[in-house]
Amino acid sequence: MTQLQPSSPASANETGAFLEVRNLSVKFPTDDGLVSAVNGMDFSLERGQTLGIVGESGSGKSVTSQALMGLLKGTSAQVTGQALFQGKDLVTLPESRMRQLRGRNIGMIFQDPLSALHPFFTVGEQIAEAYLVHNTASKKQARAAAVDMLGRVGIPSPEQRYDEYPHHFSGGMRQRAMIAMALICEPELLIADEPTTALDVTVQAQILDLMSELQQETNSALILITHDLGVVAEVCDSVLVMYGGQCVESGPVDEIFYDTQHPYTLGLLKSMPTLNSSARRLNPIPGQPPSLLDLPKGCIFSARCDYAALAGDGVCASTRPGLVVEGGHGTRCHLDRRQILTLRNTR
Amino acid sequence: MTRFIFRRAGSLILLLVTVSFITFTLFQLGPADPASAACGQECTPERITEARVALGMDHPFLIQYLDYMRGLVSPRMIGAPGAESICQWPCLGKSFQTNENVSDIIARSLPYTLSIAVGALVLWTISGVGLGLLAALRKGSATDKFIVGAASVGVSLPIPVTGLFLLLVFVNQLHLLPFTTNEINGAFGPHGPWAWVLNYFLPWVALAVLFSAAYIRVTRTNMIETFSEDFIRTARAKGLAPRIVTFKHGVRAGITPVVTMLGMDIGLLLGGAVLTEQIFSVPGLGFTAVRAAISGDLPVTMAITMLAAFFVIVANVAVDLAYAAIDPRVRLQ
Repeated sequence: MTQLQPSSPASANETGAFLEVRNLSVKFPTDDGLVSAVNGMDFSLERGQTLGIVGESGSGKSVTSQALMGLLKGTSAQVTGQALFQGKDLVTLPESRMRQLRGRNIGMIFQDPLSALHPFFTVGEQIAEAYLVHNTASKKQARAAAVDMLGRVGIPSPEQRYDEYPHHFSGGMRQRAMIAMALICEPELLIADEPTTALDVTVQAQILDLMSELQQETNSALILITHDLGVVAEVCDSVLVMYGGQCVESGPVDEIFYDTQHPYTLGLLKSMPTLNSSARRLNPIPGQPPSLLDLPKGCIFSARCDYAALAGDGVCASTRPGLVVEGGHGTRCHLDRRQILTLRNTR
Repeated sequence: MTRFIFRRAGSLILLLVTVSFITFTLFQLGPADPASAACGQECTPERITEARVALGMDHPFLIQYLDYMRGLVSPRMIGAPGAESICQWPCLGKSFQTNENVSDIIARSLPYTLSIAVGALVLWTISGVGLGLLAALRKGSATDKFIVGAASVGVSLPIPVTGLFLLLVFVNQLHLLPFTTNEINGAFGPHGPWAWVLNYFLPWVALAVLFSAAYIRVTRTNMIETFSEDFIRTARAKGLAPRIVTFKHGVRAGITPVVTMLGMDIGLLLGGAVLTEQIFSVPGLGFTAVRAAISGDLPVTMAITMLAAFFVIVANVAVDLAYAAIDPRVRLQ
């Protein structure tokens, strides 16, 4: 089971976790002030495990992944905290070293495969290029590797498809090609940023199956960023729910779904349409996410939380709750678990 | 591909006919009276009539036009009855002023215009694209602001200002460069390439200051946009070196609008850099065209106008072909 305990700073490197993120924060300076996109994220991940990061748009999911990939280096973003990947801190690692990890040890799949693939190069060239960066090989060997990889991701007649351009591919095929590109160097960690969002529903399941299958083959770790709770339930071992750049709830997937502890996660689950529900309308969470320029002093979800009054003394509005972890299941709420249990049963 | 070429050739001919007809018509409507100009100082009505016949201007307007156009496909006779001379194909007529074959005049002027165009083009493309790319890579820095500022100054400097200023400083005051001479009209002439460069350097700079400003701005804007594209992020995520991300993935995608601009500008410039040729006294197409228009020399004006239109159209086709070479999405089936 994935370890999802926020570790104390004292136990720095000794834990030896495969990926250990501690107090990761990302801030962007803008003309209006500092935008706090990610605020103190903590999580860890082992090989062979899948972590789902869920949250609505602007909750900091993608920024977290870009910080892990080091894609924010060289921009105005201020990244602080630690992200230990096999003992190396991705936050402080210089760009030149980071570049060696990218593609080889950490692969990434993006949301929209059409815009993520270069329109002027053939699909095969782009995959072979990813192979050539990290391997000493001839062009011919790179081509063979790319063709092989195209076959492994389920693209028919890969030898011919190698020489075609992204615009010749269908959406699903493009995402398969992206997966081939990300996995050609067999990275130990794969970050997939909404890999199925831009795809047809029928294709989504195929892509998810493919990713799980390849993950098992290579025993790699997978971070799946999504706003689709159905996807999470299908493929993730553990889940991290983000809101306003913070982790509000984290834990094993079953616990998140069946022993939900945070009012925001409850709201998310309630807003999901189900096949057998008789309701004709969706149940959105009322209100807007907080401005990342000016986060509230108290709990960042308090303004939209139905249960803020229950905690008493206006504590939700005045004090920001810490992440309390019990048995691998963390939540950031002033309400105690008994209160939450009552709420869940009465909804 | 064959269909593409045929279609383009067809529209080329159609456009040339249109351009020639409009020029011809405008000339008839204008105040120019070539016959009395050719007749000279002591002119009698009889001599004017003679001149009209000699220039072929006694025929109705449409016949004159058709006569002229016929010369483009076959040789024709030109001159007063009894004193006619043959004008070999392609016959662009004879100058009303000097009675010289227009094709000879063009052949003599074109090398000067080419000399100016080629060098200026290379200079402004390198400086425009280079500085634009630098500004895009250093977006928001002092370098960026300086380049953008310089570009807005450059674009507001007309050729007569820059040209005369350059002449004053580098030729008149510092004596670093020679004044342009008509003896050099190509890099491979008897004077050698170096003399050619020195001779045309100032016209190149004057044009480059004006033109590179636009190239800087277009390159900068497009490169900034391209660098924020998803495929650039993908290239970085592969672990590619910044140099490869910038040049192989970035520039190739961001440069297409510059290719369009370049094609249009080449076409325009080959038709004659009128102001530059005037300021630097270079007897190229632009210079010749201005003189012809002032003196009512219809055949020369017609020929240069059509040549300019021809260059613009050919440049358009070249841009389309270049696009297909760069971007596989527009490649012809």
